[in-house]
Amino acid sequence: MSENAQPGFAEALKRRIDPPVAIAFACIIAMLLLGSLYSSSFLSPEYLLQQLKVASFLGVIATGTMIVILLGQIDLSIPWVVAVGGMMSTAATGWGPVGHVIAIPFGIACGVALGLVNGFGVAYLRIPSMIITLAVNAVAQGLMVVHTGGFSPQDSSSPAMRALATGELFFGLPNALIVWAVVGAGAIFLLNRTTFGRAVYGIGNRERAAYLSGINTQRVVLIAFALAGGLSAFGGVLLAGYASKAAQAMGDAYLLPAIAAIVLGGASILGGRGSYFGTVAGVILITLLQSILSVVQMPEAGRQITYGVVIVAMLLLYGREGRTR
Amino acid sequence: MSEWRYLLAQNRGTLLAIAFFVVMFAIYTSNHPAGFTANVVQTAANKGVLLALVAMAQTFVVITAGIDLSVGAVMVLTNCLASWIVVGSATSATLGILGVLLTGLACGVINGLIVIYGRLQPIVATIATGAAFFGLALLLRSVPGGDVYSPVADALTGKIFDVAPASLVALAFVVLVLWVPYSRSTIGRAAYAVGSSESAAYMSGVPVGAAKFFAYVLSGLAASLGGLFLTFVTYSGEASAANANTYTLFSIAAVVLGGVSLFGGSGSAIGAIFGALMFRTIGDLLFVFNLDPLWQPLFQGLVLLAAVCVGSARVFQVRNRLELFP
Repeated sequence: MSENAQPGFAEALKRRIDPPVAIAFACIIAMLLLGSLYSSSFLSPEYLLQQLKVASFLGVIATGTMIVILLGQIDLSIPWVVAVGGMMSTAATGWGPVGHVIAIPFGIACGVALGLVNGFGVAYLRIPSMIITLAVNAVAQGLMVVHTGGFSPQDSSSPAMRALATGELFFGLPNALIVWAVVGAGAIFLLNRTTFGRAVYGIGNRERAAYLSGINTQRVVLIAFALAGGLSAFGGVLLAGYASKAAQAMGDAYLLPAIAAIVLGGASILGGRGSYFGTVAGVILITLLQSILSVVQMPEAGRQITYGVVIVAMLLLYGREGRTR
Repeated sequence: MSEWRYLLAQNRGTLLAIAFFVVMFAIYTSNHPAGFTANVVQTAANKGVLLALVAMAQTFVVITAGIDLSVGAVMVLTNCLASWIVVGSATSATLGILGVLLTGLACGVINGLIVIYGRLQPIVATIATGAAFFGLALLLRSVPGGDVYSPVADALTGKIFDVAPASLVALAFVVLVLWVPYSRSTIGRAAYAVGSSESAAYMSGVPVGAAKFFAYVLSGLAASLGGLFLTFVTYSGEASAANANTYTLFSIAAVVLGGVSLFGGSGSAIGAIFGALMFRTIGDLLFVFNLDPLWQPLFQGLVLLAAVCVGSARVFQVRNRLELFP
C-alpha cells in the first residue's frame, strides 16, 4: 500500500513544484554556499534573519506588483507611491497624538487612492497600464515635491511605524518579517482560495474569455491596482519606519527589484501564470544578490552592471517565451 | 482628392502634434518678456532637441509594438563617454563622435539580441539592460565632469546666420538621414507591418525578427545622438540616475503626445519630435506665467496624465462592448 502511495506522492510533489521556482530556490542555496566560501557568517542565523528582514520591505511591495503582473498589466508607479506612503505617514505623525494613531492607515490610504487612479485608467478608460502608471508616478512625484518643497521632509516616523519595521516581538524574529509573512499569507489565500484570485488568473490568461464567463473584469482590475497601490505605500511606511524618516526618491530603488523578483520567480510578465512562492524566492534571491554585492564591497557601478547582467542571464535561463506563431 | 483623405487620416496624429505645438509655442513666445526673438527660440530649441532625439529613439521601437526603457540610460552612458573622448583636436573629436555613435549602436544591438533572439519581454529586458548601461556610465563618470570639443559644441548649440537655431537644423538633418530613408525602406515598412499585426506580417513573409532587431539598433543609435547632444549642451558628462529616468519617461510621453500608437503600427518620428517639443513648451509655459517652479513637476505630470487619458484611452475608440476586452 505504502509502495503505491510513495510514487503517487512524489509525482504530485513534482507537479506542484514549478521548475522556475525550484531553480530560483536552488540559486538561493548556491548563492549562500558561494557566500560562505567568502565568509562563514553567511550561513549564520543572524545574517539570514537580517537578510529576511531587509527582504520583507521588498516582499511587501512585490506582493502588490505581483497581483498586477498576474493580470498581464504592469505598475511602474511603484517609486513614488512608495515615497507617498512614507511621506504621508510621517506627515500624519507630525499632527500630534491623533496623527500617531492614523499614521500607518493614512499612508496606506494615500497609496490606495493612487492605485485607484491607476486602476480606473486601466480598467475603465482602457489606457495601457504602462502609460497610466508612469503618468500617475509623475503626478505623485509632483504632489510630493509641492508637499515637501523639494527637500527631505522633517517629520519623523511614529513609534508604531518604527516598532513595525525594526522591532522584535518574540524569539528575535523581526517584526518586519512577521508583517511580510502576514501579507504573504493573505496574498496566497486571496490568489488561491477566493473567486477574486481565480478571476485575476483568468483575466491574465484572456480577459475576453473571463468577461464572457460573467466575471466583472473591470472591477477586478480596479481592485487589483488599488491593492498594489496600498501595498507599495505600506512598503513605504515600513521603509520610513526603518530609516525613521521619509526621503525624496526613497522608492526609486524598488521598481526594478520588485519586477525582477516576480519575473525571476517564474511569473509570466504577460499575465496568468505564476505563484506566490516564486515571488518569495525571487525577493530573497534579489536581496541576497544585493547583500553579497555590498559585502564584497562592489562599487555602485559594478553593482548596477552585475544586477542587470544577472537578471538578464536568469531570464534567459528560464524566462523565455515560447515561439508562438 | 480621395488620396488626400487617406494621407490625412494616416498622418492625423503627426499633424495634430504639429498644430498643438505651434499653438503652444505661440502662447509661450507671446507671453515671454523678450518676445519672439532668436535667443528665445534658440534656448527652447536646444532643450527641445535633446528630448526630441530620445523620443525619436523610442519611436523606432514603439512602432514595432515594443518598448525601450533603456533609452535614458543609453543617453546618459553616451553622454559620459562623449565627455571623455570627444575632446582634443578636430581629428580626435571626430573619431570620438564616431566612437560614441558606435557605442549607442552596440547598446541597441545588445537590446535587440536579448529581446528578439533571447525572446524576453522588452519591458523587463530593457529595464535590466538599462541598469547595466547606467552602471557603465557610473564607471566612466563617478563624479560629474569632463569636457567637450567646443567648436562643434558651440556650432551645434548656437545660431546659424544669427537667426535659425543650429540644433533644429541638426535635428532636421538627422531626420533626413535617419528617419526618412528608414521609413521608406523595406525594413521600415516591415517594422510598421510587425507593429500592426505580428502574425499577419509573419504569414506574409515579412522578416519579423530582422525588422524588430533593426528597430532596437536604431533606437540605440538615436539615443546616443541624444547623449552626444547633451554633452554639447552641458559641456560635461554626468551619470545621473534622475536624468536617465526622466528622459525615459519623457520619451514615452513625447511619443504618446506625438500621435505614435503604443500598440504599434502607426505614427512617425516626426510626430514624436513635435510631441517632444510640445512637452518641453508645456514646461516652459509655467515659467512665463510666473508660477512657482515647485509646481512644475506636478503640472507636467497632470498634463501628461490628461494627454494619455485622451490620447490612448481605447474606451473612446471601441465600437462595441466586447472590443474593450482584448
